[in-house]
This record gives sequence, structure tokens and C-alpha cells, in this order.
Amino acid sequence: MDLGLSEMQELLKNGARDFLENECPEQLVRDMEEDEAGYSPALWQQMAEQGWQGLLVSEEHGGAGMDFLDLCVLLEEFGRALVPGPFMSTVLGGAVPLMAIGSAEQQAEFLPKIASGDVIFTLALTEPSARFDEAGVECVATVNGNEVSFTGTKLFVSDANVADYMVVAGRSSNGVTLGIVATDQAGVEVTQLQTIARDKQAEVKLNGATGQLLGTDGGGWAALQPVLNKYTVAECAYLVGLSQMDFEISVDYAKERVQFGRPIGSFQAIQHKCADMVTDVDGSRFIMYKAAWSLATDQPAEETQMAVNMAKAWCSEATRRVVAHGQQIHGGIGFTKDYKIQLYFRRQKRAELAFGDADYHRELVAQQLGI
Amino acid sequence: MDWSDNPEQATFRGEVAEFIKTRLPERYQAENADEEGFSGGWQSDRKSDDPAAVGDAVAWADALAEKGWIAPHWPKEYGGAGLSTMEQFIYNQEMAKAAAPPVGGMGVSLLGPTMIVHGSDEQKAEHLPRVLSGEVAWAQGYSEPSAGSDLASLQTRAVRDGDDFVINGQKIWTSGAQYADWLFALVRTEPDAPKHRGISFIVMDINTPGITVRPIMDMGWNEPFNETFFEDVRVPAANVVGEENRGWYVGMTLLDFERSGISGAISYERSLGELLDFGKGDGNRFFRQDWRVLRQEIAERSMEIGVLFNFAFRIVSMQNSGMVPNYEASVNKMFGSEIHQRLTRTGTKVFGLYANVWQEDGEHSPMRASFTRDYVGSVPHTIFSGSSEIQRNVIATRGLGLPRG
Repeated sequence: MDLGLSEMQELLKNGARDFLENECPEQLVRDMEEDEAGYSPALWQQMAEQGWQGLLVSEEHGGAGMDFLDLCVLLEEFGRALVPGPFMSTVLGGAVPLMAIGSAEQQAEFLPKIASGDVIFTLALTEPSARFDEAGVECVATVNGNEVSFTGTKLFVSDANVADYMVVAGRSSNGVTLGIVATDQAGVEVTQLQTIARDKQAEVKLNGATGQLLGTDGGGWAALQPVLNKYTVAECAYLVGLSQMDFEISVDYAKERVQFGRPIGSFQAIQHKCADMVTDVDGSRFIMYKAAWSLATDQPAEETQMAVNMAKAWCSEATRRVVAHGQQIHGGIGFTKDYKIQLYFRRQKRAELAFGDADYHRELVAQQLGI
Repeated sequence: MDWSDNPEQATFRGEVAEFIKTRLPERYQAENADEEGFSGGWQSDRKSDDPAAVGDAVAWADALAEKGWIAPHWPKEYGGAGLSTMEQFIYNQEMAKAAAPPVGGMGVSLLGPTMIVHGSDEQKAEHLPRVLSGEVAWAQGYSEPSAGSDLASLQTRAVRDGDDFVINGQKIWTSGAQYADWLFALVRTEPDAPKHRGISFIVMDINTPGITVRPIMDMGWNEPFNETFFEDVRVPAANVVGEENRGWYVGMTLLDFERSGISGAISYERSLGELLDFGKGDGNRFFRQDWRVLRQEIAERSMEIGVLFNFAFRIVSMQNSGMVPNYEASVNKMFGSEIHQRLTRTGTKVFGLYANVWQEDGEHSPMRASFTRDYVGSVPHTIFSGSSEIQRNVIATRGLGLPRG
């Protein structure tokens, strides 16, 4: 029993923190809100040089061969720095499904390019129904040998504006089927949404868009489960880092801001909010790590599923409480665009909603409790 | 990072579990875990009129004593088992899982560790063996009617007179004093010093003339604690533990002896599991017809218990790697006591009108009315041992470095 980081994880964390403090300052985060691409290609390449896009990828395919828990340690730092861009889309939406069900040829074709930062991937799963379950996949998939073509509308597709490939979920006569679809073809039409987090999410209309079959015809939903579990926990890790930073900024502010002749942090009304914030941040961190550890070490399926659903249910709500307290502690200044705390508040909502919010995952917890 | 046992830990866990399975008297097997800080079944059985109860209490204490497990956290030279932090944690975990009553009460948990650090050789020789043999039960005299959260404002006076102190004043919330043989107390020995600097830690036979113990009935018809009055009570000056007027710091040694709160997490998990099992069987007739509106709330309780487990694991894994928990123990106390109350609230909601029933026996008592009783019984948990408000103050000031108000 040990809830501490390994020496290697400490190195990864500290290295990432130093790197991102220098290379991903607040100004870059703000610039990318207005940027059409939404990410910095220079930073993207630097991250690849750090080995991050290929963190999970085997050394054989040009990656670092580290495990999912290590990735979550890194993603905490991404949340802390609010790193903009298609990192999670590429790693969780591309590398993870390719490693899980890609053929040897597909892995050899795409994984090295992901690791080197040469391609951007994304996952095209949700549709206008905004469901996360199997029934939500209505986009039509037509399989023809090793090829599959898709017709339908995908919605809330992250980073579709810059993705080179999408892992698309459609429905063939055999059930949910996945394909790797290049975005530079006539059958792919991307319409950007303006979002609360000013991240890049899009409507993607597919009209006979064709790509390689990924996995088997009809085997897509089963294959997606471990992928979605990892993506969900990755969002939790991002939320943990984001809320940790929001909490630290708020505590620092409470120490500095003087009213009635004393720092507001000396008032119990503020102190108790801060105490609740650290409890929520820490609670989120360990429930996330437990799920990440379960996935990384292949714990029994039932326990792992419960750990994943509990993690997202908990982190979604606990981190929302944190950022709400953060706003309240800051008072009026926190509501201005110029002050940094709002960057965290808006981004928390995106991650809270991604892959299901607290109510969605609590329902799954209830089902697993047998009630 | 690892949520599972390493081979050594697994071996020790197996040893503890096997011991409990073979040696725990039947009387205790069905019992619910008693709550920390209140007199448990073992303590009252020991002084029971029923010879069978006394026999079981003695048998259980003897079984534990064979292993040195009455005081697993004490060093071996004082008769403890000298267990490592991790072994203590596993021991506590297995005891809580089996709802096995801890033995020795406050003598083992609080007085002993303090005396080992601060006591004289004579004091250790006199008191520690009698704690371990179960011959002497201890009670704690800290709180006073006007000194609750602000404990250092305590006013019970001890005035030096020759080789004795003469004590006058009153303590309150002295848990288990009616079953205790000895009392350890904080008393004011230097009234003119700053309030933390004029207090001494002193021990006394509770049957010393001038001490009156009067039980207080709580809102659940139990008498877990007492008022204790001191009228010209003569106690030898040699009974002061540690330096005179440094008693505040001696007393704080006890409070610094961190508890992970693992037994709370285990008992809440068991309560929730029993509630759900009850609803899946015959007990379903007690569940209110629309109880499914509470599914999300029940799931939330289950998650909170998971978070509490993680907080307990965090404390022990910090200690195991040589770190000293700071605000983390306050988080556990606050969070654990608050989810305890929420759990009883959810349980009573599930039972609807049946949550009225207080009597344990009878055809209308779901789960022996345990959720209703615990709904009342958990009220003081956010108050004793540092209220939730005090814990949040500690987290904010000691943990986060916010300025004191």
C-alpha cells in the first residue's frame, strides 16, 4: 500500500511543471483562445521532443513505453498549466485505440508519427443526441473489406479543425464499427463551435468519408470501453491539476487581499472555504489515481469499472465546487477577463461535461451497487 | 503507487485475520464496531454483573496480550508489539472489519503513549503494566464547562501544598469515567502565566476523596460521559507527568498521535453494504415505496466512503515513507465525521416512516433501528475531538498558512 509517486513519476512531474511554466505561460493560453488553430505548432513539437505524445507508445514504435498512471501524472500538469491544443485528442483518441485494437500495420503506420508529433488525431464519437452510450452511435458505417465509410453527423468533436485523422464510431449492420478517417477528403465537413472553454470543438458532417477499418466490423463498442475508461480518467487527471492550481491561486489571493485592515484569509468564512477546497482537490486526486492505477495494472474488470465511474462522478462535482469557491474568494476581480482565475472556471466546465458529468457516472455507480 | 498489499503486508494481514477468526469471543462477533472515543462494549463488560460478560472480556484481553496486541503501537520494551505504522494500520483495519472491540480504552490509546514519552521511570513502572493487564482503566479529564474548543482556557486549579497538589474545579465530557479507575487531567498550576504555559498534566486514582463522577445522559439515552467534580482533592506532586506548567504540550503529544480514521471508513462501508443487502431481501418492505429517488444519493455516499478510504491510505503511506502528516489528519477527522452524519441521513430517508422507530426489537424495527439510532448518535461526531469548525481552522492556518484571525 503506497499512495506516493515513484521516483520516475516525480521526475516526470517536476520536469513537466518546469517546462510548462516556461513554454506554456498564461499569455499563450489566452492567445490560443483567439487563435484559429487553437494550439501552438512550436510547442507541439517541443512536447514531442519531451516524448509526451509518445509516452504510452512502445519504444519499438518510437515512444517511451510508459504506463497510463504515468500519463495521468503528466496530465495533472497539463491541467495546472491549462495547456491548449490537441494533446488528449491525439493520445487518448488516437494512440490509445490504435494500441488497443490497431493491426500491426496500422500501429506501424501511425504510432511513430503520433510520437514524433507529425500527426494529430481525434475521436469522433458523440452525435447531436449527446449520448455516451452505445445507442448514441447512429452514424452509418458501411464496411467494404478493410475499408469503412461513414455518413452522419458527429458533434462535440475536439480539435477536428486541426486533426489529420479521426477515429470515427459508426453503426454497420453488425453493430458499432470504428474506422480511421483522414480529414482531408471531400466527405468531411468541419464546422467550428464557439465554446465556454474557448477550446476547439466542432460539428463534423461525414458524407461517405472513407478510411481504414479499425478493429472488427461490429466489434467497435466493446473495443471502445477501455479507451473511453482511459479518456474519462485522463479528464479527471486534467481536472485535478486545474483545480489544484485554482486552489493555490485563491489561497495566495486570500493572503494578500486586505479588507477591514487584515488579509481576508484571516477570516474564518474564507478559511473554511479554503479548507473545503483542499479537501476536494485531494479527494479528487486520490480517487483519480486509484482509477488510473486500476487501469494501468489491469485490476479485476468490475473493480476497475467502479473505480473509473466513481472517479469521474467525484472529480466532476468536487472540482466544480473548488472553482466556484475560487471565484467567490476573489470577489469582483475574479469576474474580469483580465484576471487569470476565470480561465480555470470556464475550462473546468468542459472537462466536467466530457464523457459524462457527475449525475451520469453516479447512475452507473448505482447500477453497479445493484440498486 | 499501489492500493494492494505487498507480500509482507499480505502475510501480516493474514495473521491478524486468522487470529481474530479463532480467538474473538462469540459475544463480540455480531456486535457493531463501537465508535472511537466512547466507552465500548469491552470496557463495560469488564465491570459487568454478568460473569459470562466478564469472562469474555478477560478472554479477549488475554488472547490479545499473548501477541502483544493490546497495545500494538507501544514499543516492545513497554509490553507493546512495536508494530510499524503500516502494521498498525493493517491491524486496525482487520480489527475494524471484524468489528472486534479494542481493549484497554484510553489507557492504551492515549495515556500510555504519553507516559512513554514524558513519564518518569517510576511512573512508567507503576502504570504501564497495569494498563496492559487490564487491571486499570483510564479516563481523560480535559474539557470543562467553559473550556471546550478553547481548551487552554481551562480553570480547574491545582495548588501546591507540601508534597501534594490540592485540586478544585470541574471537568465535563469525561468519557467512561464511571467505569474508570484512574484519571489523567490537565489542571492549572500557574494562574498568572500565559494560558498555555500554566497547565500541568497530572494523573490520579479516581477514587481519591473529593472526586465525584456524575453521568450525563445524552440525547440518545446513553450515558457515555460524565461531569467530574473536584473538591479539595489531594494528589501527590509526584503524579505530575512531564514538567510542571508544561502540561499543555504533554497533553498535545496525545493529540499529535495521529489516527488515520480507517476504522470509520470500514464501519460506514459495512453499514451501507448492510443497508443495500437488507433492501434486496426481506427488508425491502421497510424501504419507502419511492426509495429509488435516492439512488444517486446512495451512490454518492458510497463514493464518499471511497474517498475516506483513500484519505486513510494517504496518512499511512505518508507515515510509512517517513513524512509527518500535517493538515491531512484534520481532513480525515472532519470529512469522516461529516460523511458519517450524511450516511445516517440517507439511511433514515430510505426507511421513510419506519425511521421513526427507536426500539431495536419488534416487527417494525428495520435493522434493529440502527440507522435511526446512529442518526442521533453521530450528532456529536462533528463536535468532539476538535469540531469540524476547529478542524477547518487547523487546515487553513496550519496546513495552508493562512493568517490566524
